[in-house]
Amino acid sequence: MLSIKNLHATVEGEEILRGINLEIGPGEVHAIMGPNGSGKSTLGHVLTGREGYEVTAGEVTFMGQDLLALAPEERALAGLLLAFQYPVEIPGVSNMEFLKTAVDGIRKYRKLEALDSVSFMKLAREVCKRVDLDQNFLKRGVNEGFSGGEKKRNELMQMMLLEPHLAILDETDSGLDIDALQVVAAGINSMRDGKRSFVMITHYQRLLNFIEPDHVHVLGGGRIVRSGDKSLALELEDKGYGWLESEAV
Amino acid sequence: MSEQIDDLIKSHYAAGFVTDIESDTLPPGLNEDVIRFISAKKNEPEWMLEWRLKAYHAWLEMVEPHWAHVSYPDIDFNAMSYFSAPKRDEDRPQSLDEVDPKLRETYDKLGIPLHEQEMLAGVAVDAVFDSVSVGTTFRKKLYEAGVIFCSISEALQDYPELVRQHLGTVVPQKDNYYAALNSAVFSDGSFVYIPKGVKCPMELSTYFRINEAKTGQFERTLIVADEGSEVSYLEGCTAPMRDENQLHAAVVELVALDNAKIKYSTVQNWYPGDEEGKGGIYNFVTKRGLAHTNAHISWTQVETGSAITMKYPSCILKGDNSIGEFYSVALSSNFQQADTGTKMIHLGKNTRSTIISKGIAAGHGSNTYRGLVRMNPGATGARNYTRCDSLLIGDQCGAHTFPYIESKNPTAIIEHEASTSTVSDEQLFLCLQRGISEEKAVSMIVNGFCKEVFRELPMEFAVEAGKLLEVSLEGAVG
Repeated sequence: MLSIKNLHATVEGEEILRGINLEIGPGEVHAIMGPNGSGKSTLGHVLTGREGYEVTAGEVTFMGQDLLALAPEERALAGLLLAFQYPVEIPGVSNMEFLKTAVDGIRKYRKLEALDSVSFMKLAREVCKRVDLDQNFLKRGVNEGFSGGEKKRNELMQMMLLEPHLAILDETDSGLDIDALQVVAAGINSMRDGKRSFVMITHYQRLLNFIEPDHVHVLGGGRIVRSGDKSLALELEDKGYGWLESEAV
Repeated sequence: MSEQIDDLIKSHYAAGFVTDIESDTLPPGLNEDVIRFISAKKNEPEWMLEWRLKAYHAWLEMVEPHWAHVSYPDIDFNAMSYFSAPKRDEDRPQSLDEVDPKLRETYDKLGIPLHEQEMLAGVAVDAVFDSVSVGTTFRKKLYEAGVIFCSISEALQDYPELVRQHLGTVVPQKDNYYAALNSAVFSDGSFVYIPKGVKCPMELSTYFRINEAKTGQFERTLIVADEGSEVSYLEGCTAPMRDENQLHAAVVELVALDNAKIKYSTVQNWYPGDEEGKGGIYNFVTKRGLAHTNAHISWTQVETGSAITMKYPSCILKGDNSIGEFYSVALSSNFQQADTGTKMIHLGKNTRSTIISKGIAAGHGSNTYRGLVRMNPGATGARNYTRCDSLLIGDQCGAHTFPYIESKNPTAIIEHEASTSTVSDEQLFLCLQRGISEEKAVSMIVNGFCKEVFRELPMEFAVEAGKLLEVSLEGAVG
């Protein structure tokens, strides 16, 4: 699915990623953990092609394609989705219009028949229900005046509608109360179909109680300093990141 | 990201200028003889000539205004020619094949049918084509309703008293520098009269008159809605307009008598100049409406063209309970400068006005809202609501707001709201990350921003206006 080899990247001239190697197979769930400033969110932004993040070395292959050669919107169309840590508001653009435009684009790319407005409305309403958002949110501006939890559920709704092959969830658990966390986790779990892969960027083990990862990686100083299974996350929770820091040179 | 946006908004406006014009054009310069020549060419009544001359003498005494937030080199009024006869057919393109392919591309993008493309591009066509028959049915319907809709030159021949009664009553000859100039030398324009109690059976549009007479750079429009009548008038067109004149100084006067309603919508897409800001039309227009008792005047404008725009469609709310509205979208990209807004002059009791202004600046564009709300002593119980929103795209552009508020009546209520926002990198990235292209994203955000104004446009034009903004921002105009 995704293969990252020796990825280096800088932000404003400062090297943040210093040789990431990671293999993600179809259907796998990977958790990426690490202290603040270890490069977790940067990795998500570099993979999705955000401006200002410059790749200085390395290769990334996504479903057989050279990911780094693709424009950001092409990466999205190819099936890579980033659920944002802080989803931005777009006042004046209704959520419905935004979602329809995105879905139309991706269906066209996948050579699927375009959905007419009525079918799309129906689909959007169903998805709204699945993420426990009132249908009024479809009419409102994108994330406009949404609470933190509502924004995260809106991200989840986009993911459900766009059906990516690989979803990167950037601190999707931050700012959620326990009920909202369960809704979001259930939503994500419902999308695990053995083929779709997930990368969960998180500070805490909490989310991993609800979504069980196949692999856990710890980032430190722009590299993966330790990989393991679910037990690594528990160990981290117990000991903190300090015990790994000596390895993050 | 700002570099990409810069690329995106660069309008390659290929409509450009036509330079090879041969027509019986007066030599450059302005004096009494020129005005006498124009008036004689048009076979105008004596009073009209005197009216023009009075305006000319007033103009000579006036100075060019420089208070607007725009800058441009001095205009040499003696270097301009004030009369040119319409182009002969053999000087016009003989078919669309001779028209700039980029211009045609724009027409296609805007979904303009072929015969209308011919009309817009000034192709010499046979008298028998679709729009003529459309025009004929159109005229017949209006005639049956008693509506007069013709060029102002024709009106001066056929309805001189009607014109004389109203011309200059809303915008007097001496009103301002450009209005005075227009009054002296106006070439042509539209005249509309809606009889008492008649609701005009269709939208009136200059569009239908486009190939009839070349209106030229000093256009004069007079619309009179008699008591209890109603009319919706649309000026301009979303397609890029060719014009060889740099200065446009039009005057539009609206007279809404008791209980009448006039809705005036403008879509303006004149040549804005190239990426370096060279060339382009100067659009210095005076538009004003006079509302009598219970009358309602509504201005809606979508301004995307011109290099420099100075334009303040205004309402004088003279009659009690009269209503004035101004809805505006103004886009300035590349090096375009727009200083636009409105004046709402409340004279009567319980008069109401609404101002919704949406300014969009991109590239090196400068966008200024300038508005005046005045409550005169007699405006008891009057109300105004104003909202000015500015949207900035990129980091080289500017938005300015100059609201003037004068209230001389303690019972009047004035509300003013303003906001400035940007299309941020984060917003664009969210769209890109959902597979939406940057062009589509910008257009979606801009259209969302303008929604309230588009709602006020006649329906088919609302759709076109949305498309127009998209094309204007696409870097693909032409």
